[in-house]
Amino acid sequence: MSELKKYKELALGGNIEKGGTAVDFKTGDWRSSRPIYHPENCIQCLFCWVYCPDSAVILKDGKVTGFNLDHCKGCGICAHECPGKKKVKAITMEEEVK
Amino acid sequence: MANLKELAARGDKFTGGHRACAGCGATIVARQALLAAGDKPVVTTCATGCLEVVSTIFPYTAWDVPFIHSAFENSAATISGVEAAYQSLKRQGTVTEDIRFMAFGGDGGTYDIGLQALSGAMERGHNMLYICYDNQAYMNTGIQRSSATPKGSSTTTSPNGKKIPGKVQFRKNLTEIMAAHGIPYVAQSVVGNWSDFTKKVEKALAKGGPAFIAILQPCRLGWGYPPELTAELGRLAVETNFWPLYEVEDGQYKLNHTPKERQPIDEWMFQQERFRHLKRPEHQAIIAQIQQDIDARWEQLNKKCSL
Ligand SMILES: Cc1ncc(C[n+]2csc(CCOP(=O)(O)OP(=O)(O)O)c2C)c(N)n1
Ligand code: SF4
Ligand code: SF4
Ligand code: SF4
Ligand SMILES: [Mg+2]
Repeated sequence: MSELKKYKELALGGNIEKGGTAVDFKTGDWRSSRPIYHPENCIQCLFCWVYCPDSAVILKDGKVTGFNLDHCKGCGICAHECPGKKKVKAITMEEEVK
Repeated sequence: MANLKELAARGDKFTGGHRACAGCGATIVARQALLAAGDKPVVTTCATGCLEVVSTIFPYTAWDVPFIHSAFENSAATISGVEAAYQSLKRQGTVTEDIRFMAFGGDGGTYDIGLQALSGAMERGHNMLYICYDNQAYMNTGIQRSSATPKGSSTTTSPNGKKIPGKVQFRKNLTEIMAAHGIPYVAQSVVGNWSDFTKKVEKALAKGGPAFIAILQPCRLGWGYPPELTAELGRLAVETNFWPLYEVEDGQYKLNHTPKERQPIDEWMFQQERFRHLKRPEHQAIIAQIQQDIDARWEQLNKKCSL
């Protein structure tokens, strides 16, 4: 959001006229650790994608390619749920460094 | 039922950029419910509570579907009114589309303050699905006990103190109250079993008429556990029989999962800060009572399922 609008410029009743506008709000700076993707261990089961509370697992043509770090809060659910290949995870969490 | 590839192809209708805690289970509920609702148009509402508050901070909204902001107590009334208006417009020929109606509410907004509105909407027979995301306390206002809070749980209004170790009462069984309404579809699901939840949302929406799903939702803040365990603690609640996965379709009870080996309840409880005080030896009797209650409820449910 750039500038505060005057009330007359807003929709009646405080309606938000377009859906899904939260994508413009960045929550990535809440993160204290970040997920790292290791494609060689990925079986494309999509568990990471379906359980991410922040819709932050990026898919291209139905396949995991990485994470949207503007939204990812670093909860670690994706890494925890990831079965990986031969018990080696395709997602690991790494501490954020300032 | 849609598989994960099909769900992924639909694309998200609940976006990132909302302000829920890292690892929040409530937003997983909303995301997966909208994915399961599929490509048909859907109108949604949510009772005041974490899910609504974190997802609709002006001028942002995480809902990429029509969404109405409800008060704490009237999510069911809101959506039933919209559905009634839709039926009228459809009769008049103004609207021709096939539209689905979904209401969300927390346990406080559903088991407690919204119970009248919900009961009324179900009795009137609206074509709507009500999803209660049950995190077992009033989380958004700072973790107060609700009638869904389990016995022994320490909340800000049922604190673990010198005399009383957490909530005294057992939790209310809302799913059974909803089943007693005799509506076409009632079910229990859990965060941590995406396929069970997807199946139930699809079924509820396809059935027509009023439907109710209670989904147990681990809350890392109110329950007190590391955020990566959200889905796992949901599944463990099922494996202890604390939260059985079952459905009641046209009056027929059906168990959807029987644990291979029932896990003792403390396996689940002691991973959570809200029950930590019960680890003390003097509280063993409370754990035993809780276990007894779970076993009794499980037996009752199994009887209903074998009828
Ligand atoms: C009539 C009324 N009373 C109290 C409140 C304050 N309030 C807002 S959210 C909330 C608790 C919500 O609890 P729950 O429904 O369990 O949802 P959660 O926050 O746990 O997701 C309360 C008490 C309110 N908004 N309206
Ligand atoms: S760490 Fe959490 S928020 Fe980030 S991508 Fe994984 S599941 Fe999503
Ligand atoms: S959970 Fe792991 S294995 Fe499955 S798609 Fe995600 S990264 Fe790949
Ligand atoms: S308090 Fe619990 S339910 Fe509320 S946003 Fe945080 S994790 Fe989600
Ligand atoms: Mg709650």
